[in-house]
Amino acid sequence: MAKVLMKGNEAIAESAIRSGCLHYFGYPITPQTEIAEYMAKRMPKVGGLCLQAESEIAAINMIYGAASAGVRCMTSSSSPGISLKSEGVSYIVGSDLPCLILNVQRGGPGLGGIQPAQSDYYQATKALGHGDAHLVVLAPSSVQEMADMTGKAFDIGDKYRCPVMILADGALGQMMEPVELRDASAVTLPEKPWATCGHEGKRKKNIINSLYIDPKELEDVIRARFERYKLIEENEVAYEEYMTDDADVIVVAYGITARVCKSAITAARKKGVKAGMLRPITLWPYPKKALAALADKAKSFLVCELNMGQMVDDVKVAIDCRRPVEFFGRTGGMIPTPDEVTKAILKLGGAN
Amino acid sequence: MSVVFERPKSLSNVPLHYCPGCTHGIVHRLVAQVIDELGIEGKTIGIAPVGCSVFAYNYFECDMIEAAHGRAPAVATGVKRSLPDRVVFTYQGDGDLAAIGTAETVHVGARGENITIIFINNAIYGMTGGQMAPTTLLGQVTTTTPYGRKKEIQGNPIRVCEMLSTLDGTAYAERVSVDCVKNVNNAKKAIKKAFECQIAGKGLSIVEVLSTCPTNWGMSPTEALEWVRTDMMKQYPLGVYKDKTSDEEKEGI
Repeated sequence: MAKVLMKGNEAIAESAIRSGCLHYFGYPITPQTEIAEYMAKRMPKVGGLCLQAESEIAAINMIYGAASAGVRCMTSSSSPGISLKSEGVSYIVGSDLPCLILNVQRGGPGLGGIQPAQSDYYQATKALGHGDAHLVVLAPSSVQEMADMTGKAFDIGDKYRCPVMILADGALGQMMEPVELRDASAVTLPEKPWATCGHEGKRKKNIINSLYIDPKELEDVIRARFERYKLIEENEVAYEEYMTDDADVIVVAYGITARVCKSAITAARKKGVKAGMLRPITLWPYPKKALAALADKAKSFLVCELNMGQMVDDVKVAIDCRRPVEFFGRTGGMIPTPDEVTKAILKLGGAN
Repeated sequence: MSVVFERPKSLSNVPLHYCPGCTHGIVHRLVAQVIDELGIEGKTIGIAPVGCSVFAYNYFECDMIEAAHGRAPAVATGVKRSLPDRVVFTYQGDGDLAAIGTAETVHVGARGENITIIFINNAIYGMTGGQMAPTTLLGQVTTTTPYGRKKEIQGNPIRVCEMLSTLDGTAYAERVSVDCVKNVNNAKKAIKKAFECQIAGKGLSIVEVLSTCPTNWGMSPTEALEWVRTDMMKQYPLGVYKDKTSDEEKEGI
């Protein structure tokens, strides 16, 4: 199929439709509103539904209903809106429902700003909603990856019965790149015998629920869910290594930041510091083993993010604090220049 | 011998957890009878709330979903928009529907969602032990209005049927009571009409049921039924507030 030029937000929307997602529920918020607008234009033409909810809270609960009914569905928002959705996400996790949640991040906390950020890393990977819970979190770094990940997200969600988040940022959402989209006819949707779609007198009733008043029963349900999390950790970890073979300094970066870091790594190598990068593609599950292996030979690590260092602890834990882990980042909607990152690499690598 | 009364098929054969004298059980039975009479158990999905009826998912034999507090109308929207040929109902209390879930409630009316809401108004938060509800009467003593609800402090009670009947997408809104046999029979008729309204694609249907909470009102079951008649019905008059069910065109979504 030929490549087309698309915004990241539009690529995700079109890719979702081509992945069999015909139900979108959302609420306008910058910088992801193009998704709702794209869905509003396209869905009626493919027999799907785009519904603008009265709030982010309602939108995520419509997702709860649609996922319970057994259809592929997605919602999208940006940071402040994701906070509003967190209650519903917890119920979705607790009821083992698959769906896609997209966060096109902007600066926070509070109303923050509308420029790109990665400051919802903690929220996405540690605590989106109350309770013992995880989301699968995917971090694209190009428009092509946004399109590819959308299909993958639905497949993972259906396979493990869990919500999947694509954690993007305002830059990826807004920028245009050539993208090759998947062929819609290649999609097969899995059976969902657990769905509450009317038993038709052919089976016992299904219940979608996250309430277990007996604590032992709740513990058992959570433990069973964590067994599935273990499988996800075994099977779904994804990352990219860039020039790591001989690297002394390993940059760890994801999303739009990883692209800046690639330029910085080339520049640092020209100045004599052997730098490389590990780019986590899944932020949960986290590529712990790959980082641990790099710690065997690299001398130091530099975490680079659009926040104040939210991923640093994950790197330290992954490498068991065997090497120094430094941080360079910008926040509030600022994006570092390759020069700034190069300087940070050179400093860590002992060059001037 | 002939059977003159039995448990409806779509009401689960399990003990209900409700307090003695509470009228939730009656309303459950009426909803189940209507589902049986319409022959729709296999194509119905019910949404339970948070509140006293939180375990309603265990009490009906159709597919059931347990929603977050106040969010049942949004969940019902998601189900109905995914499965338009199914019958979808929510069963909600006053705190769930008229406090924390007010936005969700109003907007299913605005959109004319083809769902049915069974709304239990007992003027109190039962499950948490008797706090003020949005429908608590002025002067009514609850654990969070120990000196009686005062409009200067806690504001005024909300009349849900009246409010929702102002919305174009609300096709049918009726307030009923289950305080006596006659009213129980009327309540069943209203619930049936509400489900039929949905099946005909007319838009949102809501039946508000004045219900008792002897435990948290601090009354005997008989006193509680009397209080529904003497006090609640003054604030919440029974009757049909909106009825577009005989309109020829389908109006709902």
